[in-house]
Amino acid sequence: MTPNPAPPAVSLQGVAKSFNDVPALTGLDVVAPDGQITVLLGPNGAGKTTAIRIVTGAMSTDAGTVRTLGLDPDADGEEVRHACGVVSAKPALYDRLSGTDNLRYAAELHGVDKRIIDDRIRSAAGRFGIEHALASQVGGYSTGMKTRLALARSVLHEPTLLLFDEPTSGLDPESAQAVLQLIRDMTTDGHTVVMCTHHLVEAEGLADHVVVLDEGTDLIAGPPAELTRRFWPEDSVEIAVEGDAPIDDITVLDGVRRTEPSRFGTRVVLDDPSLTPDVVAALVGAGHRIRMVNPHDPTLEELYFAVRRSARELAESTNPPAPNADREVAR
Amino acid sequence: MNWSRTLTVARTDVKQLVLAKDFWMPMGILGSIFFVIVPLVLLFSITSLGDVDAVRSIADTLEVLPERAQAQIKGDTPQGRTSYALAVFLFAPMAVVVPLTISTAVGAATLVGERERGTGEFLAHSPAGTKEIYLGKLLASLLPGYFTTMVGFTAYSLIVNLIVGPEVGGWFFPTTQWWLLMLWVLPGFLLIGLSLVLRLSGRVKSTAAAQQASGLITLPLIAVSYAQASGAIYGTAGTTIAIGAIAWTIGIASTVKGMSAIKRQRLLGVADGV
Repeated sequence: MTPNPAPPAVSLQGVAKSFNDVPALTGLDVVAPDGQITVLLGPNGAGKTTAIRIVTGAMSTDAGTVRTLGLDPDADGEEVRHACGVVSAKPALYDRLSGTDNLRYAAELHGVDKRIIDDRIRSAAGRFGIEHALASQVGGYSTGMKTRLALARSVLHEPTLLLFDEPTSGLDPESAQAVLQLIRDMTTDGHTVVMCTHHLVEAEGLADHVVVLDEGTDLIAGPPAELTRRFWPEDSVEIAVEGDAPIDDITVLDGVRRTEPSRFGTRVVLDDPSLTPDVVAALVGAGHRIRMVNPHDPTLEELYFAVRRSARELAESTNPPAPNADREVAR
Repeated sequence: MNWSRTLTVARTDVKQLVLAKDFWMPMGILGSIFFVIVPLVLLFSITSLGDVDAVRSIADTLEVLPERAQAQIKGDTPQGRTSYALAVFLFAPMAVVVPLTISTAVGAATLVGERERGTGEFLAHSPAGTKEIYLGKLLASLLPGYFTTMVGFTAYSLIVNLIVGPEVGGWFFPTTQWWLLMLWVLPGFLLIGLSLVLRLSGRVKSTAAAQQASGLITLPLIAVSYAQASGAIYGTAGTTIAIGAIAWTIGIASTVKGMSAIKRQRLLGVADGV
């Protein structure tokens, strides 16, 4: 008998939310597995921030079911928010107060025992490398320092679930990398992280679970490897030869299914990626001079664009544009 | 209802105000003008002028005061009676105007300010309830105005006793009516004003709009308070207590309604068209 899997930390089912009749979320389904990093990936306006706000109960839904750590945020909001640590897209810090006062405010609102608040502040600030600036007014902090302070504030009360909305927004690449590393470290402590971003590179290598959002709904969800396999079920290698000579005759080799033109040369679809050296040897034997051999290892970026492209194609096939639509837009 | 969280919100807001020089400097100047400079100049002028026609003319106008008020006026000389009447009766309404002006200025910016600075997002995701946040903000708006008034009132009492006291046979201020006005009637009026202004602050789109709209609420309230403060001073202690009780009743009812009117998502700036 297999043990029951842990219930998800976050579960949104059929969630809808509109602002002044403008839909922000339309039938959104999101599941964030416990103890993993779930990345909500999508362009600006996809509904990522609204989803985070709904998870903590900061915002109510128009329809659908929300469960955060097994609780209903509308009914058990205080308990839910106590268990969550949130970093918003803007750090949401009080500029006139010092770093210490900002952290103390959060700790007191979360009901951290007054006797241990100072220790918690020192520990959280040390973890994010901001302890040297605690006495200074936050208004004088750099964007990177503000983000670090906001991250320190999010863990002060030892929450179970961490929600980060564009945590690297406005940071230089080095600071962004450091922040992502800190987020990665947090899951080793058993935290569940839900992070929103539209930076595909950030999600790459960080996400255990990806949900691609667009126009308020989820397009696809799952572990990145599983998703790429779903979109590119076949193994392939991209090969370019000098003079861009055709290499279609390689299909006579055992294990080579077919070839197709690709961005830099020819994509060769194989039964097994271990056949790549045989393909290369055969091409060299046939007199080709190899310029590039690139085993196809799809990135999250490719996946993202492939998902969005197929969603667009599906939408167009179900709702074909009106014949005069272009003219209407031009007018 | 977690009172500890309410006090945390209030304390943090007050701390931010204390750190904002651009806030407490004008507040101090306003209090000084009403409680120190104007009374000092007026009372000093009257008591220094001596028994001249101008002072006697002013003293004659005291006859328009209610008989009960006239009976309370001390002093044997026209300047003594005039300065006593001014100190006790003329300046009473300003004790209401100053804190209402300061507190509503703070209150108008408090909730919409959180939204404008983006810190409303932090509060909305915190475990603090909307009632706790509302009451914390109300306290934080009330305290600076009331504190300024009490400091000003202390300075005013000192000025009155030092300048008018020698003319009427010794220190006499504050009178019972003034004590009741400051400790009982004034907080009631402040509560009415702030409960309304905070609801407004939670609804409007910008601090500027909140300041403009709060004027529409506070101006009539100041007019009513002005009249009631005068009534409290001219009337009996019973009248003053009754005026205070009515103000407290309305203030508490308005606060309770305001607590329920604030929605968490208004802190995010996305509710009901905001």
